[in-house]
Amino acid sequence: MFWLLMLVIIYPLFWMVMNSLKTSTELFVNSFALPETPLFSNYVDAWNMGFANFFFNSALVTVVSVFAIVMLSAFCSYALARLEIRFKKIFLYLIIGGLLLSPQSALIALYRLFDMLNIYNTYFAMIIPYIAFGIPFAVFLMYGYFKEFPEDLEDAARIDGCSTFKIFMKIVLPISKPIVAATAIVSSISTWNEFIFALVFIEDENLITIPVGLSRFKDALTTNWTGMMAGIVIASLPMIIAFLFMSKSFIRGLTAGSVKG
Amino acid sequence: MYVIPAVFFVLMFVYFPIGMNFYNSLFKMNSYSDVKTFVGLKHYVNIFQDPIFYTAIKNNVLYAVFSLIFQVGFGMILAILLEGRYVGKKIGSFFRNVLFVPSIISIPAVALLWYFIYNPQMGLLNGLLENIGLGAMKTAWLANPNTAIYSVIMMSQWQYTGYIMILLVVSIQKIPRELYESAEIDGASEFQKAIHITIPSIKSMLVVTSIITIIGAFKLFSEVYIMTGGGPYNTTQVLGTYMYRAAFKFDEMGYGSAVAVVIFIITFAISILQLRSFTDD
Repeated sequence: MFWLLMLVIIYPLFWMVMNSLKTSTELFVNSFALPETPLFSNYVDAWNMGFANFFFNSALVTVVSVFAIVMLSAFCSYALARLEIRFKKIFLYLIIGGLLLSPQSALIALYRLFDMLNIYNTYFAMIIPYIAFGIPFAVFLMYGYFKEFPEDLEDAARIDGCSTFKIFMKIVLPISKPIVAATAIVSSISTWNEFIFALVFIEDENLITIPVGLSRFKDALTTNWTGMMAGIVIASLPMIIAFLFMSKSFIRGLTAGSVKG
Repeated sequence: MYVIPAVFFVLMFVYFPIGMNFYNSLFKMNSYSDVKTFVGLKHYVNIFQDPIFYTAIKNNVLYAVFSLIFQVGFGMILAILLEGRYVGKKIGSFFRNVLFVPSIISIPAVALLWYFIYNPQMGLLNGLLENIGLGAMKTAWLANPNTAIYSVIMMSQWQYTGYIMILLVVSIQKIPRELYESAEIDGASEFQKAIHITIPSIKSMLVVTSIITIIGAFKLFSEVYIMTGGGPYNTTQVLGTYMYRAAFKFDEMGYGSAVAVVIFIITFAISILQLRSFTDD
């Protein structure tokens, strides 16, 4: 039974890769047959027809957003877990409460807000909401971790005269690698794959990311199937490769959100 | 000082727009002019009189029901079997990883792949049906009003069953071994162990995963947008595409905001349930 299930999962992916290596004629004749000779020109075409650009935009937006999410959330959760701050509880609930709010219900108002702030149709129109909607989950993950982090090390450093900021950067952050990695991975997946904000807040062809690029491809190139298949492979590969190398961190990050604490 | 930037982002770009949304839903307005006309609750009245709104709600509910059956129900059976003694350790982890892979591919990519799979002429599905002698079942899956929404729903089951299964696997792995050992001494079968030990022990995770899938069903957008755009004849509209269509196709920003409020109320209410299931145990 499991092997049949494996087939159901793997075969569509295999079918896609296989057809992305064919000529259009081969595909139309028989979409099940293996390509006569594997053809990489579809990838070159897809890459030149805009994917190079989409890829760059996705990478830029993801790197900036994830870096900001991780740093801001790490500072914030550490401070909330350790320091004496007024209204600590309120801040914590406020941020974690963001998890209950769906991006879709903010879509139209954000669109108007960005228009007013003159950042509609810029990278910021993606980066800013990705950071804002990424922080609650990141804080949720990191706060729990810092709360249980042994205080002895920090105390020792404090006696040696280190500032809180230095303790955080030099001691806490390096030791917290697993949770930082898990947070970064979860934020990367959701940022890399995000669709609705990128669709609505960006108009300029030169700024669009891979998910939106794919959907525009669909309308523009209804006949070039093989090229589009190549495009889907290009879009999916980075996350799959990352998963193959770091499956443990992936699963830790993606399961931590639903496990309490 | 450490807290302020994060709080600022969340307040300004999460809470504020959602609040504004309530306010905007009381006005008639367009994207190109600054004129707002107060219309009170008129949009809400119109929404509740629009048959397409009910189609959308029905589709979201249908989506939730199917997702519960496949992702949580079937996913649970898979998780129990994978963690049972039928499957070796190595091969089990191979199965888990393969099942997990579709969930890390972006929805637009998966949706586009399935758009090809469902294609009436060259698609994988019709080709497969013909090869196994079920050619009579061939149809234009996404263009046929009777099959379109189910076709979209099944794509998501393919994509996310493995993800939910992993969540359940993680929770099964936390069950103390001793529970099983004492049951084995009493001569319990694999099935009895599943019913009496595994399922009760992962009950809270089952609740959490159910809520995740239900919330997911009401946030549905990209799948439908890419595969059918809400068609044919609006039969695959869901709340997300219904809102998008109002706000960005018909330029009825106020009406769209009112739909967004409805989405907000539904997803928020379900999320509160999730929060309560967290704090309960």
